[in-house]
Amino acid sequence: MRRRLVWRAARLHESRAETATARTLVFDVPGWPGHVAGQHVDVRLTADDGYTAQRSYSLAAPADGERIELTVETVPDGEVSPYLNEVVEPGDQVEIRGPVGGWFVWRPESKAPVVLVGGGSGIVPLMAMIRARRQAGSRAPFRLLYSLRDQDSRYFAAELRQPEAGLDIAYLYTRATPSGAARPAGRITLADLAEGGWPADFEPDCYVCGPTGFVEAAADLLLALGHPPERIRTERFGPTGG
Amino acid sequence: MGIVSRGFRGRRREGGDELPPGQYLVEDFPVLSAGPTPRVPLDRWEFAIDTEDGQTHRWSWQEFMALPMQTPTVDIHCVTKWTKLGTTWEGVSLDVFFEDVESAAEYALVYSYGGYTTNLPLEELLDGKAWIVHSFDGEELEPRHGGPARLLVPHLYFWKSAKWVRGIRLLNEDSPGVWETAGYHNYGDPWREQRYEGD
Repeated sequence: MRRRLVWRAARLHESRAETATARTLVFDVPGWPGHVAGQHVDVRLTADDGYTAQRSYSLAAPADGERIELTVETVPDGEVSPYLNEVVEPGDQVEIRGPVGGWFVWRPESKAPVVLVGGGSGIVPLMAMIRARRQAGSRAPFRLLYSLRDQDSRYFAAELRQPEAGLDIAYLYTRATPSGAARPAGRITLADLAEGGWPADFEPDCYVCGPTGFVEAAADLLLALGHPPERIRTERFGPTGG
Repeated sequence: MGIVSRGFRGRRREGGDELPPGQYLVEDFPVLSAGPTPRVPLDRWEFAIDTEDGQTHRWSWQEFMALPMQTPTVDIHCVTKWTKLGTTWEGVSLDVFFEDVESAAEYALVYSYGGYTTNLPLEELLDGKAWIVHSFDGEELEPRHGGPARLLVPHLYFWKSAKWVRGIRLLNEDSPGVWETAGYHNYGDPWREQRYEGD
């Protein structure tokens, strides 16, 4: 039996807005055991009368010692995500346990090409993989397809704008495109994945994360392009939660 | 009591006694799975029980549909923390499938089209506690929810209710499945909040 996942006190170090509805939160978690890109944590909030609520959130970056980053989208009518976006301040405490999940992960030892397909807030665990690749000095060729409503809903905008050797990015806008964009606004298509991903005979590892409808569509398109199901890993965010 | 988070009040929806610890109620039906959704044509579908001494019992789709159906209404609890109350399914109790199966095995490894596996003690599948279901809420089960047929074991976290179920292998030794080898709890009782290994 491996170690038990215990609840740890986590203190907010800082936070920054990613979009009008999403924030990155940087927590100090004494005793944090480390994690692999793609894993998530459980966050528990306790009210002063003992009422608690917990939810799962993806880790957005490799650990920096005992410091971890989560990026959280506010779910309308949510319970935990509005607190993390609008209420918590540096110095405040929550409880965190993890890391959780050993399947939707990328390890720097892997040399295989990688196709990352993210929809909306599904970019978060994929960003952890991009950052882990950078931190490890990995030369595994990465391609990211990032489906999002419009330019204003882009997470990690400044960081992803920096050119990075071995990382190609295609933005797939679903509602409104920036002026001059060749691709019309719309949902992800076979052509998007054929152009922006790797051919199946390169045997890439494919990671798909986003809302259920998006993940279903993207995973089916990858299958249609000949990627075998065992190379397609998915993580879905239900429409509720938060 | 855990550490208080300053300024947190919570939503405090009704749920009361029906909600296991750490869970919250949903009205819709979220989807979680680890890979693409397999599509299984009914003329090639089969369900099998493989015993520990190498006997295999098989049912085609037609044979499955000819078995006595039940319509259990149950609460389901996902380890990702949502709970959905009063879900109604249609399918066949595993007691029916096991009527003619001779086995002294204590463990079951459930396997699915698409490669998913999950393990549980055999007794958790018997005595009216588990079904192979083909309909949800009066409609045929969608592929994304495990159609054409999935296992339903509602008293354990929902990852034990394998989607796209293909068979059950009976074993003398416990053999952890996909999530059980990836850090999740081996048994998964929501009322004891057995989410992860060691809980």
